[in-house]
Amino acid sequence: MNITFLLNGETVSAPAVPATATFLDWLRESQHLTGTKEGCNEGDCGACTVMVTDDRGTHALNACILLLPQLHGKAVRTVEGLATDGVLHPVQQSMVDHHGSQCGFCTPGFVVAMATSHANEETDHATALAGNLCRCTGYAPILRAAKAAEAQAKPAWLKTDRDYALADTGSDTSSPAPEGDQPDASAEAAAALPGSSDALAALLLEHPETTLIAGATDVGLWVTKQLRELPRTAFLHLCRDLQDIDITDDTLRIGAAVTMDRVLTLMEDHHPSYAAMIRRYGSAQVRAAATIGGNIANGSPIGDNPPALIALDATLHLRRGDTRRDLPIEAFFLDYGKQDRAESEFVEAVSIPRQPDRLKCYKLSKRFDQDISAVCGCFSLTIEDQTVTDARIAFGGMAGTPKRAAALETALIGQPWTREAVVDAMPELDNDFEPMSDMRASAAYRLDAARNMILRYFLEDASGLCTISEVTP
Amino acid sequence: MSVTKPLPHDSAALHVQGTARYIDDIPSPVGTLHLAFGLSEIASGRITAIDLAAVRSASGVVAVLEAGDLPFDNDVSPSIHDEPLLSGKSVHYVGQPIFMVVATSHLAARKAARLAQIDYQERDAILTIEDALDADARFEEGPRIWEKGDAEEAIDSAPHRVEGRIEMGGQEHFYLEGQAAMAWPQESGDMLVMSSTQHPTEIQHKVAEAIGKPMHAVRVETRRMGGGFGGKESQGNALAVACAVAARLTGKPCKMRYDRDDDMTITGKRHDFRIDYRAGFDEDGVLTGVEFLQYTRCGWAQDLSLPVADRAMLHADNAYNLPAARIESHRLRTNTQSATAFRGFGGPQGMVGIERVMDHVSHDLGLDPAQIRQRNYYAANSDAGKTGPTEPETSPPENLPKPENADVDVASRGAVGAVAQNGVAPDPGGHQTTPYGQPVEDFILHKMTDALLESSDYNQRRARVAEWNAQNDVLKRGIAMTPVKFGISFTLTHLNQAGALVHVYQDGSVHLNHGGTEMGQGLFQKVAQVAAARFGIPLEAVKITATDTGKVPNTSATAASSGSDLNGMAVKAACDEIAGRIAAHLGGLHQVPVEKVRFADGRVFVAEESYAFEDAVMLSYEARISLSATGFYKTPKVQWDRIKGQGRPFFYFAYGVAVSEVVIDTFTGEYRILRADILHDCGASLNPAIDIGQIEGGYVQGAGWLTTEELVWDDKGRLRTHAPSTYKIPAAGDLPEVFNVALWDGDNREDTIYRSKAVGEPPLMLGISALMALSDAVAACGTAYPALDAPATPERVLAAVQRVRDGV
Repeated sequence: MNITFLLNGETVSAPAVPATATFLDWLRESQHLTGTKEGCNEGDCGACTVMVTDDRGTHALNACILLLPQLHGKAVRTVEGLATDGVLHPVQQSMVDHHGSQCGFCTPGFVVAMATSHANEETDHATALAGNLCRCTGYAPILRAAKAAEAQAKPAWLKTDRDYALADTGSDTSSPAPEGDQPDASAEAAAALPGSSDALAALLLEHPETTLIAGATDVGLWVTKQLRELPRTAFLHLCRDLQDIDITDDTLRIGAAVTMDRVLTLMEDHHPSYAAMIRRYGSAQVRAAATIGGNIANGSPIGDNPPALIALDATLHLRRGDTRRDLPIEAFFLDYGKQDRAESEFVEAVSIPRQPDRLKCYKLSKRFDQDISAVCGCFSLTIEDQTVTDARIAFGGMAGTPKRAAALETALIGQPWTREAVVDAMPELDNDFEPMSDMRASAAYRLDAARNMILRYFLEDASGLCTISEVTP
Repeated sequence: MSVTKPLPHDSAALHVQGTARYIDDIPSPVGTLHLAFGLSEIASGRITAIDLAAVRSASGVVAVLEAGDLPFDNDVSPSIHDEPLLSGKSVHYVGQPIFMVVATSHLAARKAARLAQIDYQERDAILTIEDALDADARFEEGPRIWEKGDAEEAIDSAPHRVEGRIEMGGQEHFYLEGQAAMAWPQESGDMLVMSSTQHPTEIQHKVAEAIGKPMHAVRVETRRMGGGFGGKESQGNALAVACAVAARLTGKPCKMRYDRDDDMTITGKRHDFRIDYRAGFDEDGVLTGVEFLQYTRCGWAQDLSLPVADRAMLHADNAYNLPAARIESHRLRTNTQSATAFRGFGGPQGMVGIERVMDHVSHDLGLDPAQIRQRNYYAANSDAGKTGPTEPETSPPENLPKPENADVDVASRGAVGAVAQNGVAPDPGGHQTTPYGQPVEDFILHKMTDALLESSDYNQRRARVAEWNAQNDVLKRGIAMTPVKFGISFTLTHLNQAGALVHVYQDGSVHLNHGGTEMGQGLFQKVAQVAAARFGIPLEAVKITATDTGKVPNTSATAASSGSDLNGMAVKAACDEIAGRIAAHLGGLHQVPVEKVRFADGRVFVAEESYAFEDAVMLSYEARISLSATGFYKTPKVQWDRIKGQGRPFFYFAYGVAVSEVVIDTFTGEYRILRADILHDCGASLNPAIDIGQIEGGYVQGAGWLTTEELVWDDKGRLRTHAPSTYKIPAAGDLPEVFNVALWDGDNREDTIYRSKAVGEPPLMLGISALMALSDAVAACGTAYPALDAPATPERVLAAVQRVRDGV
């Protein structure tokens, strides 16, 4: 497959690259652009951050788990492309002025992430940089540098990148036929870029073994860590119809390939607690790549979207060929590693019924930002006349799948909305879950913390209890 | 003068443009080969069968080597030759290299390394402290014990006593640049090695042994590391040696870098510790005696564990006068990664022990822990940190004995067995002494603490915290002040030496080289500032060059915070030698005594006249004066007997004090550090911006160690937290919302480079205040003592909350 994109202002083609070639390796090994660093090779440290502009805007992405086909038709900036005629980008100069680098190895990634924030006029720097790890500075000078650069002029090349991305969205380039019509039937040849969900549906009927790749934030690790070969792949970013968000009077319908940064923005208006949880989901780099459909379809017991979607009574839309079916999202997760998805079937969208916002999401992890949940508890209770009339409660991290707390729900429904009733109901959680102990948390801790989450929900509702994030020094 | 200026890091402009080169960025010659290790999957046992056929036939594989294929020494240990590069039949931890793959690409080598079929006969692995004690698996013949007075008697007869236990985890370095090395074969079998190492001489030594050559055949170059933190003092040996052996075999340049998961699985980390304590004290909380039992898991090989454990003992007092003390240290051998150097080198662990005692004593008496700490401080010294010159210092006698045997690596901190100097420094000043007999002559923490408590508004905030806690059931706050007194010098006395090489070229530009390595700490810039100051020239005239064993030989590791102290002085000596020759020449021309020749503002002043520096240089060159010199420095005053635990191991102490405030959620144990205030002593700072950077970064790294950074091994000895997805170093959002860092204004009492103080390690221990603030918040939940272990993950905080509430 022939991949074409704009790299630091120059059009480049990467002919005949394997579908699993990472952008980072290509930059460093083929282009000898060694400014972009490999820190972890799994999208957790941000040393490989590059700036990618597509028709939706400018994003920071992790090059180590970015596969080259994902870049087709986009504009990319690496750290080498930030300065203009020898004059440093404002964030580069600010990093020098504020002593923002020590060993310097994370610095290119930081600088690119900061330049992206600068382009997008974002000012919550700690959130924007949560996906960039620095072991030397303790971040203080970096945050000072980011702040100080806010008002500086943007580089002219941003327009070049945007123009390119808007002029050439990639969808009009000749996508290789799903069958892989290249002369050789090698693994590299069997990468498809379907242009619509119809094309994807047809492809999957013919080749059910195809690995679907949207943001590659999970599949990327199959490549970089498990060293897996992917004989047949389909990249989904040209399936524009999977990227729609439809808001009607009744539902919020979110296409499977909608990235998490867009889900975050959507939820700010509808379910702010969900939005606040997504703000801690991965990092800016991960949220700009990861899709809601990917997070659901991979069936992880610790994915953070499913418990929220279950609590919101969401419906999953699946498609196989021209056959579509809907199911309540909790029914999708059958067992650890097993989902209710037939061969050749794929997740097309998820719909959330419009409802008064009663949702609270509690994500519990060792580190506040960019950490996988030990427990993620999501609660939506309806209270009428001081009585619980409905309860939808779901947890991640408590079982082999994201799962509803049926016993707890039952114990709460019909009870008065009082502390005593809540405390009485809490032990029911032990009937819902037998969590495991692992490197994130022990089983006992998971149960203790999960039980306390319903009490927190009550106290926030009834007496305005705040969280540690709201406490000021 | 260029010293004392807050100049940016020497490579800042390169860092931000991505043009600063690290090992893997160096353009590789065509034909460069890449290496990967095949790793043990079990913690302890024997290999009964090994089938590498699939590895050998994998795409891109050029060679596969096992232990038996190595031509010379199969060892990468920095201490006692107990660490084979490749295991042989016996394996000792999950992740131990068994074989190495040489392939045409990094990816091909990694893929092939996973194709081995290995059968093992497993033995019961020794994984925990309890396992090791049960099996009596240890380094050295038994525990090391140092005593001052009769601690048992002092405790038993005290009006009050506490006893308890604290466990603290290790810490992964998580240098952003993983371990990396490259070896280029040269003519006649010589080897050029590029290594991401804090200790080029050690790399040179190990590579020479491995290729059967004298050290002169190996040249090691290190321009910079992408972070070290102690993790590149000995842990880079394996990669450099592997590359050199493979390069010798294939005749091709060979490069190796660990994938992050491999890096975390293979390499050693900070030592975890369990400390059992017993303390006696009076009603004011003043200690009468303390006993510590320190247990540490050293892992499978000795590496640097003995001096690490020594330094933990040496910091069991921290800032406190212990009238009687007994410190017993167990260095346990376990089937885990060989624990190694990490910023503080055992000091932080020892310090956490005594800070726990302070916290426990304060809780027992219901008194403000800050007051208790101050009451137990060493006495103030009126002569601490005075300015101006002191009397000339004398060095200890030159009686370094020969290594006891050839297996001891004298250039390494692992060489603990090699030196035992007798004699305790006399203390003419009548100062209080540490448990190891060193007089504390420079104690400045009283004033520093007063200043910080004032500037951080400690007393009022402590009252507000109490008020908040009285009104809030779910969220509790805590606040704590902890001090740092950290000993500066290598405890292995002979390592306290450094060399420099300075050239002045005809155009007046200066080439600077010394034995220190740059890992982000700003050493190169500080030392360049010294050189520029000595010649009175702009910093731009000084070229910083890569550390190179061919330029300055026999260097010590850049470690123990010693980099600028040692190398700054060596560079000063070299510059002054050259400046002295220039001055003598110009003085002669003008009939002016050499002392009247002055170097400043880019000029050389001679009596009433002056020359541009470059003109003075040209005149000297034409007069056939050597414009190149070496410089050498050895730290005065230090002497140490580590067996007796007596002497003066440290030239001086560096001090700091921190106040941290936290809030915890008693439903989940989650917490945030709300505010941190720090006052730190760098003597007369060589570069305040760089020093503040070390302090801010050190605090966050120390707090990370004690809070979110948790290493978890399973019951098979497999490290489960081997990537940043599961091992959580602090992120930007973990920075305290209010973070005030200031430098204490005062000179080093000792005659160090421009009266500055070392700053690399000490600030890490400021992070202990975060752990103690968490303990304070947990204590607000009830009456029992929290006994909070580290890392204080949300899970441990919640468990402590439950203990305190249950009153157990």
